[in-house]
Amino acid sequence: MGISRRQFFGWMGAAVGSQMAFSTQAKAAANIHFTGYPGSFGVLHDISRCIGCRKCEAACNQVNELSKPETPFDDLTVLSKTRRPHADTYTVVNQFKPNDKSSPVFVKTQCNHCMEPACVSACFVKALIKSETGAVVYDASLCVGCRYCMVACPFNIPAYEYDKPLTPEITKCNLCQPRIQKGLRPGCVDACPQEALTFGNRNELIKIARQRIEKHPDRYVNHIYGENEMGGCNWLYISNAPFTDIDMREDLGITPAPAMTSGALAAVPVVVSLWVVFINGLRAISRRKEQIANEDKNQAVSAAVETEQARFKHEINQLKEKAKSEKEAAVAREVKKALEAAAQQLSENAAAQTPAPPETSGAPQPEKQENK
Amino acid sequence: MEHPTPTPPAMTTGRDTVFTPFNVVAGIIIFIGCILTVMRFAKGIGGVTNLDDTNPWGIWIGFDLLCGVALAAGGYVTCAACYIFGLKQFRCAVRPAILTAFLGYGLVVFALQYDVGRPWRLPYPIFLSQGTSSLLFEVALCVFLYLSVLMLEFSPAVFEWLNWKHARYIIGKVSMVLVIFGIILSTLHQSSLGAIFLIVPSKLHPLWYSGYLPVYFFISSMFAGMSMVIFEHSLVDRFLHNKIDAEHHVESNNVALGFAKAAAFLMSGYIMIQVIGIAIDNDWHYLGTRWGLWYLIEIIGFVALPAIMFAIGVRERNIKLIQRTALWAVLGIVLNRLNVSLVAFNWQLPLNQRYFPSWMEIMTTIFIVTIGVVAYKFIVTRMPVLHVHPDFPDDH
Repeated sequence: MGISRRQFFGWMGAAVGSQMAFSTQAKAAANIHFTGYPGSFGVLHDISRCIGCRKCEAACNQVNELSKPETPFDDLTVLSKTRRPHADTYTVVNQFKPNDKSSPVFVKTQCNHCMEPACVSACFVKALIKSETGAVVYDASLCVGCRYCMVACPFNIPAYEYDKPLTPEITKCNLCQPRIQKGLRPGCVDACPQEALTFGNRNELIKIARQRIEKHPDRYVNHIYGENEMGGCNWLYISNAPFTDIDMREDLGITPAPAMTSGALAAVPVVVSLWVVFINGLRAISRRKEQIANEDKNQAVSAAVETEQARFKHEINQLKEKAKSEKEAAVAREVKKALEAAAQQLSENAAAQTPAPPETSGAPQPEKQENK
Repeated sequence: MEHPTPTPPAMTTGRDTVFTPFNVVAGIIIFIGCILTVMRFAKGIGGVTNLDDTNPWGIWIGFDLLCGVALAAGGYVTCAACYIFGLKQFRCAVRPAILTAFLGYGLVVFALQYDVGRPWRLPYPIFLSQGTSSLLFEVALCVFLYLSVLMLEFSPAVFEWLNWKHARYIIGKVSMVLVIFGIILSTLHQSSLGAIFLIVPSKLHPLWYSGYLPVYFFISSMFAGMSMVIFEHSLVDRFLHNKIDAEHHVESNNVALGFAKAAAFLMSGYIMIQVIGIAIDNDWHYLGTRWGLWYLIEIIGFVALPAIMFAIGVRERNIKLIQRTALWAVLGIVLNRLNVSLVAFNWQLPLNQRYFPSWMEIMTTIFIVTIGVVAYKFIVTRMPVLHVHPDFPDDH
């Protein structure tokens, strides 16, 4: 057997140990409902108040020191085309014309700062972190550039600097984390002339949103977008147009992204531990079978050899017996013949009564008799 | 059994010139590849690819990574058949399969140098900052470890070639540990490559998205590996015939029959779990759409039919049919991986926001595959892979 008990326990120990060493809190797998960091901040975007002036875009560009776009921010013709955040553009305002509305609806898009973000759970170097302020922040010094965060994000927010050959980075809104830490509000919130953006404690924002919907049920759709989407976001929306009509998906569900992968991750240590058992078991079984087959074969061979040898011995004995009896018979025959010959000689001699013949022919006679 | 000495390498070219059609074509492709490499690192990923912010992964992930890993599964499948299930007739297939796996994984890592933004940071997830909540972390760790295991598993052939008897003896002592470790790692990362897409139920078409994705990827990797071993041998038999000794030649037919039979069973099981996946999510109504047609083409045209052909090939002992079916099944795996990662990904977006690879991406992929073929040819014409080394007759 290729594996000893000691080896086996060693491997099991290594398998379990490595899992313990790597494991962080498996919140999604436990029966705990994570409701966000207490007191974390967020922004409530009241879509019904937005006029599409793009002042938030300009402010974002300024406070984050991004490069200036070709078309200036006061040029509102860009609204005719639906845009998404890109490198150097952390936020965009889009214009929609839902069928049942006479006037256009404007929606600001940026990172929603999910409470349990897909991008954070997808990052394999922890370059993206959910901060206790509520912001999802990015550390470019760790980023490898695999872009799995972009794949994972259900809102298609992270962008990439594809044209930088050596130092490309993921770019996205960071909720103005440096400003929040200084006690300031995010740049876009400060710049909004319509108070379409409200910064504050997420729980407070939900209350405000509910109050507004209750106060004007005819104006608002009865849904706070981001309260539960993908497990909840720190960025919340209320709208006067159905969310599906303004490119905001309502089919994302309320399961946070980490819960979708926790099962597969949880299977890893189980597979490692059980595979060691199964594989060695299978190998032991196939070896044992081989061993038994060999034993059976050897047994069968030796049994066959034995019977064959016995048969051979028996045949030899029979042959020996036969040869012996034949020899004896031949000797007896010869003796008989000789005796007969001698007797004839004697009778002939007696008949002739001559002395000479018995000497010549009688010579072998005593020999034969001695043999007898 | 008789072990005829294979023709020495010097005689294989037959001609004195290096300008064989193979070398010329491979040379041109590698030359273009080198230019594209320079462009990639001078102009950035955006300079050579059609990738954008909504489609962050292209064929360098969909084909080079996903298909590369799936088609390199022959290594662990053959090792398991031979050493774990005790099917000794697969012994001859072990070294070629390990070589293919080693080159496959090597090229996966090579392709990643082009695809990720800062390739020199690829060791970060393993050595610097472990993002353990990510399935990509698991893939990275497993691929890193498995590539090391494959290197060690293939090293006996190198040691025999160099005639390093002591090193060969030492590696022989730990070979079984490597085999078991390799199978565990393969189980993990083959399935994890499917599990990577568990996080995008809103982007991947429901017919391809399923909670069973890791199981789908793992099971399909098995018959992908088997089909690849059969297909690869048909190529070797045709183009590198004089490298194969008599034992390998005889047993390769048994390997084809055995793997074809196993693949037929696995493929029918795979179809069953696909049906279960659709039933559990109640995705039946999608089958009537165009996406459903495309899904049925994949499942019936590239899994069910090859499975039937494998079964017929085994029943009639028709090696030619089995070899052709193996290519068919390999194409089916490629189709599946491309569907999951590219075709059915972002399926809700309008066509103008979808991704199609640039010629430079396709050319880079061809360049990487060509490197693999050239490396394979280089190795099997020199090292004891398709034949037994006369000095190490019974050491597989």
